[in-house]
Amino acid sequence: MANESTTQGSRADAAEPRDSQWPLWEVFVQPPGGDPHEHAGSVHAVDAESALQNARDVYARRGEAVSIWVVRSGQITASTPEDMGPFFDPGNDKPYRHPQFYKIPRGIKV
Amino acid sequence: MASKSEQRAEYLLRLGDDRLVLGHRLSEWCGHAPILEEDIALANIALDLVGQATLLLGRAGTVEGKGRDADALAYLREAVEFRNALLVELPKGDFALTIVRQLFFGVFVLLQAEALQKSTDRDLAGIAAKGVKESRYHVRHSADWVVKLGAGTEESHARTQRGVDDLWRYTGELFLADDVDRAVAAESFGVDPSTLESAWQATVRDVLSRAGLTIPATTYMQRGGREGRHTEHLGHMLAEMQIVARSHPGASW
Repeated sequence: MANESTTQGSRADAAEPRDSQWPLWEVFVQPPGGDPHEHAGSVHAVDAESALQNARDVYARRGEAVSIWVVRSGQITASTPEDMGPFFDPGNDKPYRHPQFYKIPRGIKV
Repeated sequence: MASKSEQRAEYLLRLGDDRLVLGHRLSEWCGHAPILEEDIALANIALDLVGQATLLLGRAGTVEGKGRDADALAYLREAVEFRNALLVELPKGDFALTIVRQLFFGVFVLLQAEALQKSTDRDLAGIAAKGVKESRYHVRHSADWVVKLGAGTEESHARTQRGVDDLWRYTGELFLADDVDRAVAAESFGVDPSTLESAWQATVRDVLSRAGLTIPATTYMQRGGREGRHTEHLGHMLAEMQIVARSHPGASW
């Protein structure tokens, strides 16, 4: 797989981290009990099947998984530090976005 | 004529020694595998095998009734007392040879464990059931690698083919049945290894053909391990494996 170059100034999607090893894969592990998949870390592997096996060996040896996803790191589109303002403005000045803002009418059980 | 418990103990030693010796051979890759992830994978498989060996040798010591536990059997026997097949004691070679051996042995152990789940010995049946899950994963790992390497580059193909050529003559011993095997199979305590051969051939030949690898024409097969006649390699391996236990008699860890 050839590394695709990133366009200056755009998000770093589809760019493989520069690495002398095999391609990098991000590993998402679902714990027992129905919680959603969580990012556990990453592994190197030559293809998806071996990425899955390596992920199992590294992140799911002790019964802490019921499902694993692996995805090529370059396939992930990530926010950039420049997104801090516009993306993650916490909305503190918009208290009505939070349910706590609203009074519950009398007689309603929650 | 050996007693029933002697035959059973002998049979359990064969099962345990196969796994212990290969587990140790595999552990020699720790820190030396081609890539970190594969280092971890091989160490995992080694630990599984040593874990199975611990249970099997423990059971062997109990059945034998001479007061030897798994540690005594693993660390205080000489090479001539080991009952493993020759295949598992050969030096680890390169990564391709190691992977081919894992395929050959892994498929054998999987078939054996599947059959042993029906053992009349509840302990042995339980150990086998636990081992089946591990073995399925081991076979998946080694079969994938054999296909990748065999159908890979010119060099990986050549090395994997050399692994097949070097190891094939050690596979026949896995399926040789003697009086001990037949006796434990007759009482459904154990499994006659010769009954596993056709399924083993089918699986292994399928993987090798997908990998574009050929099976050597030789029909000559090495043997001797089950009777304690080993290659020179086992003694050297045991010297390393046993030195700590022998230097500190009675120590526990």
